[in-house]
Amino acid sequence: MALPPADPPRRGARLRFAGLLVLATLAAAGAVALLVNIMERKSEARHPFYRVVELDDRTEDPAVWGKNFPLQYDAYRRTVDQVRTRFGGSEALPRTPTEADPRSIVAQSRLDEDPRLRTMWAGYAFARDFREERGHAYMLEDQTYTERQIAARQPGTCLHCHASVYVPYMTQGGGDLIRGFEKMNQMPFAEARQLVEHPVACIDCHAPDTMQLRVTRPGFIEGIRALKAAQGVKDYDVNAMATRQEMRAYVCGQCHVEYYFEGTDKRLVYPWARGLRVDDILAYYDAAQFRDWVHAETGAPVLKAQHPEFEMWSQGIHGRSGVACADCHMPYRRVGALKVSDHHVRSPLLNVNAACQTCHNWPEDELRARVHTIQQRTYDLRNRAMDALVALIADLEAVQGAGRGDAALATARDFQRKAQFYLDFVEAENSMGFHAPQEAARILAESIDYTRQGQLALRELRTR
Amino acid sequence: MTGWLGPGAIVVALAAGVALGVGGYTFVYARGASYLTNDPTACVNCHVMRGQFDGWVASSHRAVAVCNDCHTPPGLVPKYATKALNGFWHSFAFTTGRFHEPIRINARNRGVTEAACRHCHAAVVEAIDPEPGRRGALACTRCHDSVGHLH
Repeated sequence: MALPPADPPRRGARLRFAGLLVLATLAAAGAVALLVNIMERKSEARHPFYRVVELDDRTEDPAVWGKNFPLQYDAYRRTVDQVRTRFGGSEALPRTPTEADPRSIVAQSRLDEDPRLRTMWAGYAFARDFREERGHAYMLEDQTYTERQIAARQPGTCLHCHASVYVPYMTQGGGDLIRGFEKMNQMPFAEARQLVEHPVACIDCHAPDTMQLRVTRPGFIEGIRALKAAQGVKDYDVNAMATRQEMRAYVCGQCHVEYYFEGTDKRLVYPWARGLRVDDILAYYDAAQFRDWVHAETGAPVLKAQHPEFEMWSQGIHGRSGVACADCHMPYRRVGALKVSDHHVRSPLLNVNAACQTCHNWPEDELRARVHTIQQRTYDLRNRAMDALVALIADLEAVQGAGRGDAALATARDFQRKAQFYLDFVEAENSMGFHAPQEAARILAESIDYTRQGQLALRELRTR
Repeated sequence: MTGWLGPGAIVVALAAGVALGVGGYTFVYARGASYLTNDPTACVNCHVMRGQFDGWVASSHRAVAVCNDCHTPPGLVPKYATKALNGFWHSFAFTTGRFHEPIRINARNRGVTEAACRHCHAAVVEAIDPEPGRRGALACTRCHDSVGHLH
């Protein structure tokens, strides 16, 4: 007897079968995805980098370092980006290259944006060419081709901060960093320029064997030693005595500071022997009877402040709380299982999420609004201080035209020197007050007061 | 009659077995059992919580509370339900890479932590809470956001 034909599987059973199969398959696939992901993370955590090339104290080319540290190197290369923020950042402007200046793109001219700067700097090379700073990648190129090079003979000292100079200094000094520094300071810019190749590179901030942060710039090594001596710490050796967190600010303070060239040797000096505040620095310059140039319209012996970010930061709440430059300008980012310092150094305003929200638990818009409030207030105050200074310069010029001698004008000229340095200290500082809001406002208020005193001195002259 | 061990069932059984096997292996490999313990180092198995863990090690609460004291509710069932729920969503987010940086606590978990604050510090809270019983009006961590760990 033939077996009865098997019941055709019911439609419902087939569906159930297919459904179970799909579920089991998805579960297996999900588990494998998780497994592979965990394996990758574990292996990343075990090997934060692979040493594929040997680095030593003469390895200058960042591309070679980049073979061992591709994540950091990739980000470092991104400093070519030109992005504006409300009060800073650079805009890429096309330019017709010439033989003397082959750049096809430059940043916007600050002098055209605010022509009062030309009056403030009359007679100085900055009145001829001053553009918004671009990213680290352009530091060497922009310094090489600025028209300031034509306006005045620039020394090799400039390269201290416009190129990777550690290896050239060591080579020139026969293994002695300071001797190489002194030698290159005394060369004309064009001669020293032949000795350098890269903008700031890995070796300028990192020891090649341990990757630990280290200071390589003689200007900072000597400057911080003088500052610490004033605070009662003798023979301060920054590379031996600074904490890791301090170094996360000091490596940036190697260059983002106020400075001057001392004597005919053109030795780079950071004027910190009395302290980091603008008052301390002006007192230092006054005691040294230093002037950057003589103002072309008034004859005043004046000073040019240069990007004193380190000094301004040291007076603000972030600096006081131990928040270093790198915490906001190179915040950590997550790459797989790794925590990497973002080597794309840039304005925290372009990276609020990683730069600010790590500590400040507020929406991005709120944080940005807080920064803009501080900056707008500083900017408005800066404009008033600038108008005041330009008025003092005009008054001085008028009185001078009336045939007053140098002796009679000395007081007013000194007030111009003070007012101008204080104003420039905020103007040249690249945070529009944010690094130390109250300090920036205080400095601008005092600048306006110095202008007022200068105009009073002139009034006395007129009525006498 | 093909019985319940028909060819179709075998395929499903095999597939389910593979899923179970791979899943089980993953569980062991990823130290899944450690998540059932109270040990804070389990929370840094997956690297994402490293910053929070490092912060906790340096915090005032290190001596008196571990992760679970503030991030899971009391009671066996609520505790493991919370662990299971967070475990699933953490695995999902960290495997797909879709999550906000810096990581943020969600509303449910914030409630758990708030309750933990109020439980241990009940005496202080009772004395200062203007609206007892109305949660969310005044949150401990709104001001004391770095007592357990920064960020």
